[in-house]
Amino acid sequence: MKYLNEYRDPEQARQYLDQIHRITTRPWAIMEVCGGQTHSLVKNGILNLLPEKITMVHGPGCPVCVTPLNLIDKAIYLAEEKGVVLCSFGDMLRVPGSEKSLLEAKANGADIRVLYSPLEAVRIAQENPGKQVVFFAVGFETTAPANALSVIHARRLGLKNYAILASHVLVPPAIEAVMSDPDSKIDGFLAAGHVCTIMGIEAYHPLAERFKVPLVVTGFEPLDLLQGILMTVRQLENGEARVENQYARIVRREGNVRSRQVIEEVFEVSDRLWRGMAVIPRSGYEVRETFAEFDAKRKFDVRIPEAPENPDCIAGQIMKGIKKPFECPNFGTQCTPVNPLGAPMVSSEGACAAYYHFSGMVEQMNGEEGR
Amino acid sequence: MCLAIPGQIQEKYMIMDGKVPMAKVNFGGIIKEVSLEMLPEAREEDYVLVHVGFAISIVDEVEAMKVFEYLKEIGELTDLNPGEEFPELQQDDGKDSGE
Ligand code: SF4
Repeated sequence: MKYLNEYRDPEQARQYLDQIHRITTRPWAIMEVCGGQTHSLVKNGILNLLPEKITMVHGPGCPVCVTPLNLIDKAIYLAEEKGVVLCSFGDMLRVPGSEKSLLEAKANGADIRVLYSPLEAVRIAQENPGKQVVFFAVGFETTAPANALSVIHARRLGLKNYAILASHVLVPPAIEAVMSDPDSKIDGFLAAGHVCTIMGIEAYHPLAERFKVPLVVTGFEPLDLLQGILMTVRQLENGEARVENQYARIVRREGNVRSRQVIEEVFEVSDRLWRGMAVIPRSGYEVRETFAEFDAKRKFDVRIPEAPENPDCIAGQIMKGIKKPFECPNFGTQCTPVNPLGAPMVSSEGACAAYYHFSGMVEQMNGEEGR
Repeated sequence: MCLAIPGQIQEKYMIMDGKVPMAKVNFGGIIKEVSLEMLPEAREEDYVLVHVGFAISIVDEVEAMKVFEYLKEIGELTDLNPGEEFPELQQDDGKDSGE
């Protein structure tokens, strides 16, 4: 496919790798914030081909992984107790709540549907006027405008039976939180290309300045990632700390202006708990008062006590880049994609699942019968 | 989650009483209906990046080539000034904290 396959060319990849090896003289820790990039780095074997001096640290950029336990419990409650048609992106289904996952609730008979686009949820609401439909609106800035537009469509159609359960997180405050944590020692960042496609790159200049780190807006294909890493290492070796745009074929400086307007219309910025981490100030979106009737949190007023996290899961340390998945004692033993203890083992973009599926680490640990 | 893939617009059309622009987009032979609400300026034959059913950006054809030119550019730089662009290369590890 055009604009996809050519960015997977092995010969070009080798040249990029050679160049990275040539210029790397000191140890550098580079965080890719986005789980999609983690997935691609691991899947394409890039981690094993980089110079030993370069450590890729996998950031908290998997919205599924950082969706609070309590919100998953709420979604399950809405589906089971309120008879709501609960619609969700697929990767949310197996994430463990305090007692069960959405998938288990579905197996028990709750009406839970996996969708590709929030607009399909609006259509389901339109076709089922007798039922309440809730879309589990999980995502980063990339997905926020689509979720916001579903609400705008529902209003335009005069629907009274559609609402979203918003679970939105924002990237720049997460970078700030990572850099402010005294335990993390990150030298540079690959900024998430698709988040910047929507939001633009202006928000990253103050971060580069304040924390003296290079931030390179990077795409998702092997050549994109290798070029992003090369640009970051070049800056680090030269003592620079700038924002650069590797993904200029897609990302404009101002982002997608229309999308930003849509987000602004429906959402407001709020403090937000990141599962396994902490409350990060001004790091999420909630539905505005003006759209309260489409906000499942207001509409259903579900109060569910906060449940404790599974103490065996060290997802927080994984997502801050302090530990690697295979350093978790449960990795590949108690915790597998089929039987996950924590969210990062569920989503294909979670660091634990990425390592489990692709790195061969489990095979190495368990001998031949690893899987 | 933030997965987005490029496809080519085959045909534009409107829905919801002419309020919402849509497109048939070709992803390597598979045709899907995509909302152009966030990208109404996209034209037929443009390549667009699509995320959860919405086109979010037009692929810039000139910029798209730069991934392949970048290595040559910095290669020429290093060939012109050997040892100057990356002075660290000439030195031993760790002795050049530089900052
Ligand atoms: S391997 Fe499982 S238990 Fe360990 S941190 Fe990852 S998700 Fe949590």
